Amino acid sequence: MGCGTSSVTDTRSEQVLKAALVIQNWYRGYSTRLKARQRYALTIFQSIEYADEQGQLQLSNFFSFMLENYAHIHEKDPEIVARLFGSTLQDYKDRQDYVAFVDVPNSYNGPRLQFPLTFTDIDLLVDAFKQQQILHARYVLEVLFETKKVLKQMPNFTHVKTSPSKEITICGDLHGKLDDLLLIFYKNGLPSGSNSYIFNGDFVDRGRNSIEILMILFVSFLVYPNDLHLNRGNHEDFMMNLRYGFTKEILCKYKILEDVYTWLPIGTIIDNEILVIHGGISESTDLNLLHRVERHKMKSVLMPPTPLDGDPDTSVKKKKFNATIVPQEVKTSASHSEQLTKHEWEQVIDILWSDPRGKRGCYPNTSRGGGCYFGPDITSKVLNRYQLKMLIRSHECKPEGYEICHDGKVITIFSASNYYEEGSNRGAYIKLSSGMAPRFFQYQVTRATCLRPLYQRVNAIESSAIRILRERIIARKTDLIHAFQLQDRSKSGKLSMSQWAFSMENTLGLNLPWRSLSSRLVTTDTNGDINYMSSFQDIHIQKPVKEAQSTLIETLYRYRSDLQIIFNVIDSDHSGLISVEEFRSMWKLFNSHYNIHIDDFQIDELAERMDLNKDGSIDFNEFLKAFHVVHKLDKLNKSGSGLL
Amino acid sequence: MADDKEREGPDITVAEFHKKIKDAFEVFDHEANNTVDVREIGTIIRSLGCCPSEGELHDLIAEVEEEEPTGYIRFEKFLPVMTEVLLERRYRPIPEDILLRAFEVLDPSKRGFLLKEELIKYMTEEGEPFSQEEMEEMLSAAIDPESNSVHYKDYIAMMVIDES
Repeated sequence: MGCGTSSVTDTRSEQVLKAALVIQNWYRGYSTRLKARQRYALTIFQSIEYADEQGQLQLSNFFSFMLENYAHIHEKDPEIVARLFGSTLQDYKDRQDYVAFVDVPNSYNGPRLQFPLTFTDIDLLVDAFKQQQILHARYVLEVLFETKKVLKQMPNFTHVKTSPSKEITICGDLHGKLDDLLLIFYKNGLPSGSNSYIFNGDFVDRGRNSIEILMILFVSFLVYPNDLHLNRGNHEDFMMNLRYGFTKEILCKYKILEDVYTWLPIGTIIDNEILVIHGGISESTDLNLLHRVERHKMKSVLMPPTPLDGDPDTSVKKKKFNATIVPQEVKTSASHSEQLTKHEWEQVIDILWSDPRGKRGCYPNTSRGGGCYFGPDITSKVLNRYQLKMLIRSHECKPEGYEICHDGKVITIFSASNYYEEGSNRGAYIKLSSGMAPRFFQYQVTRATCLRPLYQRVNAIESSAIRILRERIIARKTDLIHAFQLQDRSKSGKLSMSQWAFSMENTLGLNLPWRSLSSRLVTTDTNGDINYMSSFQDIHIQKPVKEAQSTLIETLYRYRSDLQIIFNVIDSDHSGLISVEEFRSMWKLFNSHYNIHIDDFQIDELAERMDLNKDGSIDFNEFLKAFHVVHKLDKLNKSGSGLL
Repeated sequence: MADDKEREGPDITVAEFHKKIKDAFEVFDHEANNTVDVREIGTIIRSLGCCPSEGELHDLIAEVEEEEPTGYIRFEKFLPVMTEVLLERRYRPIPEDILLRAFEVLDPSKRGFLLKEELIKYMTEEGEPFSQEEMEEMLSAAIDPESNSVHYKDYIAMMVIDES
């Protein structure tokens, strides 16, 4: 410690000096511990987010797996394959005429757009959305159709030029957070002929205003197509939207959006020097190929090209995690013309999903489940290959809104502040022009009442992170107990910190600082040993069907997002109901692909129970909604029943 | 496990410290290449429960930096130094009563509070002065807006609860 107690012989000024040192020392320790807690909370959020994305891509594998086994399903339901992989409403989307039938009533008080659009429409929309008005579906549809028309004519990569008098502003992920977009426009001005922007993907999902953001961006694009540039992100994918944001209802209403996504350019190249893309690159990134591919055939990350002629070598599952890609033209039937080749598809996936890392080389991105981790050597190699100087990308939340790595060759720019939680991170944007170093502008949206002291903000983020972590824990309760008991030979109910941390990390697959987090998740005894069962107190999963066993409940809870997507896809008439038969066969496949050990008869029983009116169909939305975690200390806890 | 405790010795403690240090380090190792920005070292050390003064922190950094400072600290250099610090229980946190006495020294007339201007003056002019940002941060939580002063006993009590 810097100083001890003041001695009687110190002069007053010496005493004051020592006292100040004590307080400063203490405060700095406290403040940095707060920041460390904040960083830990972010780590939790991020781990879980990426684990979810990995789940998403696992789902993609599942669809492929299903298709490989489709013969069995096909017998029972010839339509199911078409439903899963085809778009049955193709011509419906192209018919702009039907838009004209959607009337805007006189009573509508929201913004009215005038086609052809002008800058007044941009102003109009921004003002209207600031007042939380809603744009009528008719206008949304018109904008989407127009946008698709214009996007179709654009190349895969937009080439832009800057000059000292004409800077360009680059923004990263917005994820439906309208406040951040409005703040950027407030600080930096609306888009115009003299104020160019690039929006680098992930406009939607997670935040509450995805449609509003799309409308502002698309209208601005339509008014200033040469100055407002949009790159596709991995969330500009209708199947990702199903999981993360848009309800099925909205997606059906605006089905044209699926097409608009696929026509978004892959990237932008500034002054022939700077490549701006959403995710990253891989060792084999081939910009020439990417300039040529028919980008609109990349429908969704969950719909990889299918080996329709049953060639065993072209198994997509194997190829996905193979960083060195062998180009193979898959010669299949006519429907091949609607798909990209596997090689092309993977090239696009790499662009949308990869992350830079410090380790040299290129290897599979295991936390997301798709794309690569690429090292500084890969960056140099690929940039040199195409005589480029820098890569600007987004895709990862950074506490300061931006981050520079790979010796200044890679910049990550992220524009959704408070992404995980109020106070979690800043957002940022870049302004640059040729010959000048990029300038960074940071911000953080706060509600007017929310100028809270740091410790309150950190407490809020931390509670939120711990809460979702505990939900993960309860979802794996059975597996965790099993892992704990394997190490607890004496059945004392206790483990050492090391043993506990090891079990947690292995079972949950989350790389987190468990030792530091332990005080928030479990109780310890006086010897420093962990009472491992204490993580399951105060929290349990609501059982929609009383008699169902714990493992089944946990599994269904854990996979509820995936199941939601699968069910939504099967439910082609959007009735919210699927037949008991469909449920059974889907579940059996899911079971075998994900290697879940649930007996068929348990599922059958569950299906019976879920079919409440015994008419052979299941209302799956109701069923899945019923699976939620109850935090005992929540005031809203209605169940009051005992632990699982 | 409880019964294994007797068999544990200093080796286990060192191993545990190593793990703890590694965990904390990784949280700040953004590029997953076993280095952190030197500016984050203070945060890492303090997150492990130690309270070095700025001067002591400076010395620690000098110990773990490269011969030619790169702005980055490598884990291989950090680990042994930090392990020693933990084993020797160096830089223990300041006990509550010492902290209280420090405030009382600055409040000789024993009012029970310090005025905002007084706190600012002491914190930014004495000892190892605060930056403006640090000062604002401290004020946001410490100052009672109605009286524009810090009632330090309550303030300390609040901070202590928050940390436990």
